[in-house]
Amino acid sequence: MTELDEMGTMPPLLSVEGLSIRYRGAGAPVLAVRDVSFHVNPGEIVAIVGESGSGKSQSMLAAMGLLPHNATAEGRIAFQGRDLLGMSRSDLRALRGSQMSMIFQEPMTSLDPLYRIGDQIMEPILRHQRIGRRAARARALEMLELVQMPEPERKMRAYPHELSGGQRQRVMIAMALANRPSLLIADEPTTALDVTIQAEIIALMRDLQRQNGMGVVFITHDLGLVRHIADRVYVMRAGEVVEQGATGALFSAPTHPYTRALLDAEPNGHKAPPAAGAPEILRTRALRVSFGSGRSRLEILHGIDLDLKAGETLGIVGESGSGKSTLARAILRLIDARGEIRFDGQDLTALSARALRPWRAQIQVVFQDPFGALSPHLSAGQIVTEGLLVHRPDLDAAARDRAAIAALEEVGLPGAARHRYIHEFSGGQRQRIAIARALILKPRLLVLDEPTSALDRMVQRQVIDLLRDLQARHGLAYVFVSHDLAVVRALADRVIVMKQGEVVEQGPVEQVLTAPRTPYARRLMAAAGLEDPGRVGSRQGHRS
Amino acid sequence: MTRYIFWRLLTAVPTLVVVVTLTFFMMRVAPGGPFDQERALDPVIRANLERAYHLDLPLVQQYAIYLGNLARGDLGPSFTMPEFSVAELLAAGLPVSVRLGGWALVMALVLGGGLGVWAALRRNGWVDRLVVALATAGSTIPTFVVAPVFQLVFALSLRWLPVGGWEGGAFRNLIGPVICLMLPQLAVVARLMRSSMIEALHSHHIRTARALGLSELAVVLRHALRSALLPVVSYAGPAAAALMTGSVVVETIFSIPGVGRYFVDAALNRDYTVVMGAVVVLAVFTILFNLIVDIVYTIIDPRVRYD
Repeated sequence: MTELDEMGTMPPLLSVEGLSIRYRGAGAPVLAVRDVSFHVNPGEIVAIVGESGSGKSQSMLAAMGLLPHNATAEGRIAFQGRDLLGMSRSDLRALRGSQMSMIFQEPMTSLDPLYRIGDQIMEPILRHQRIGRRAARARALEMLELVQMPEPERKMRAYPHELSGGQRQRVMIAMALANRPSLLIADEPTTALDVTIQAEIIALMRDLQRQNGMGVVFITHDLGLVRHIADRVYVMRAGEVVEQGATGALFSAPTHPYTRALLDAEPNGHKAPPAAGAPEILRTRALRVSFGSGRSRLEILHGIDLDLKAGETLGIVGESGSGKSTLARAILRLIDARGEIRFDGQDLTALSARALRPWRAQIQVVFQDPFGALSPHLSAGQIVTEGLLVHRPDLDAAARDRAAIAALEEVGLPGAARHRYIHEFSGGQRQRIAIARALILKPRLLVLDEPTSALDRMVQRQVIDLLRDLQARHGLAYVFVSHDLAVVRALADRVIVMKQGEVVEQGPVEQVLTAPRTPYARRLMAAAGLEDPGRVGSRQGHRS
Repeated sequence: MTRYIFWRLLTAVPTLVVVVTLTFFMMRVAPGGPFDQERALDPVIRANLERAYHLDLPLVQQYAIYLGNLARGDLGPSFTMPEFSVAELLAAGLPVSVRLGGWALVMALVLGGGLGVWAALRRNGWVDRLVVALATAGSTIPTFVVAPVFQLVFALSLRWLPVGGWEGGAFRNLIGPVICLMLPQLAVVARLMRSSMIEALHSHHIRTARALGLSELAVVLRHALRSALLPVVSYAGPAAAALMTGSVVVETIFSIPGVGRYFVDAALNRDYTVVMGAVVVLAVFTILFNLIVDIVYTIIDPRVRYD
């Protein structure tokens, strides 16, 4: 089908030629997108992949006429042969939401919080179709049923805050498709969602795409997803298209080094198992956490048992709300827990805050958000050595400075970086600083709460390599919390799967990820495309 | 909702008692009293006066008497204007101040809100710069400068408007004081509206509305303005209470018989009962307008719920 269209009998649905996007700012204008060309044929799914800042979203915002005021687009963008960049605002508004629609990455904030779902879906229908409110309401309800919204009648009257992230994204899709557009632009539509929800939304979009014969532009950094759904792929880097081609060809024989690096950056390999006879370092028994009291008391964890040896990594996976992060916080004694948390034989739940302090140095943490977890008012050196002030009061300033250099070099940053402030570092560098801050106290257990989730794949890969390397060198034990099963697979020895505050399955990583026994774990692994590694390559077959 | 309003009005009573108590004792701690004048009073007359107003009793007993009278709605007699009771002073002056303040508030919200939205839509354009400049001027030039200049220009030179006076609240007499009372509020409202509107226009759901091809009018009025109103509404509550309890500067310059002048005179002359009356009025207004703000919040934002 794709081949035939490219022969040129039909004009492309969307064609972008020589697009450049410039941002005016305080200094010289910044060229965000440089001479980019691509096209989308009717009924075709095209993926644009690249890391954050590569210009992939900017190009599509330009097509929709949604660039911010300080940006200007040059070149030519044509939709069904009509020039979008030169079009009047009112002509463009008539196309948007009817002929071409866009859905965004942020399902939590992309709906107006002040209006009911039904009214919001009706808005584009009333805007673009000559029908009355009754008919528009019927059409809106029909759309909610089409996107498989549970209890569609009731959801019509609900407000966005009463819906989950997945449900909100369904509403976005319903709004975008309500006028049967011939082009849908989806900008990372599933990135903010749990894997199981991701799989459902992707399946839904593919069904709808096939029913309506729409062209779809899929903007994503998730190569697994691209392999799964796209006909053709454009790879963008630093504002330019560096490679393009049919999905199968591009994945099997990438020509550009960047594409190869991108493919290579998908987490792979396995961790070496811990030494035989390694001592047990952490053991929890019947670990419970609850919030509130009396009638409003809410049990978050219902008795968790886990064991961890020195040099071992325990992966904790599950959907959001399953209690993963609560468990991590309980082990760190950042929140109150009942039951037993034995670290090196000592029950930590029995200790007073004061008696706990020396143990705290041995259990350190790295959080998910490299932008929020480090103080912007301190230099990297101050951040890294802050723990020494508490736990090593015997050290003087010179000794702390030497320790900072050593810790930063250990995580692959130059010692001179200690004088710089956090805003000067990239996300990956910040996460290295967070790791250095944890390591400087010579801990034996590191709790890693989604440490790579906010990072691009290639940076993620480097952080994973660093964590593996540090573990081998120091015999660290890791508790690794993540919803990203591919990363867990690359890092963990054993995995526990959590659901609603309970462990539903546990075992060696390969066994749990590729041959899960419980239905919940099976659903989770299937959604991540992990249950059978042999099938990943054959996904293409599903489409034609 | 009805239950919530009832509950809020019920909790207003202890709040009022606390305010009254604090004011009562703070007034008495301040040196001087209502009968301290430049020429010392005859001790016998002074003693008689103090007995008549219960000022000879222990402080706690005076407090109990005042609270008891207040509960019955009796605010007591004025010490320095013996021919009037505090209730009579309020009955005469408060409608004037409320009318003046009410107009100033409405104008400030409508004009300031409008200017703020306009500036946000033309961000960094000349309209925006002009509004920001006006807002800065409005909040930095004090009313005691604006009001005399206004009189000089519009009353004395152009003779379009009266210099002052109330005349039962005639339209001509309202214009000057309302404008002078409004300007600083207008400046604040315009600035608040501008910044919250700019923020609202940058939110993700506005991008969604644009991506769906909605008209610019629907985007601005239906989606951006509604969420941008919240900070302005929360400012309007306390501002309304302050405006409607009288402005001493505007009322003095335009010779308007509102309550603002009484209140300041009373505080200077230690006219205890009038000061207490003023505090009660201000407290009641503040409680009332904050309640109205909270109710308006639930209308604007469905996420706000009081149960």
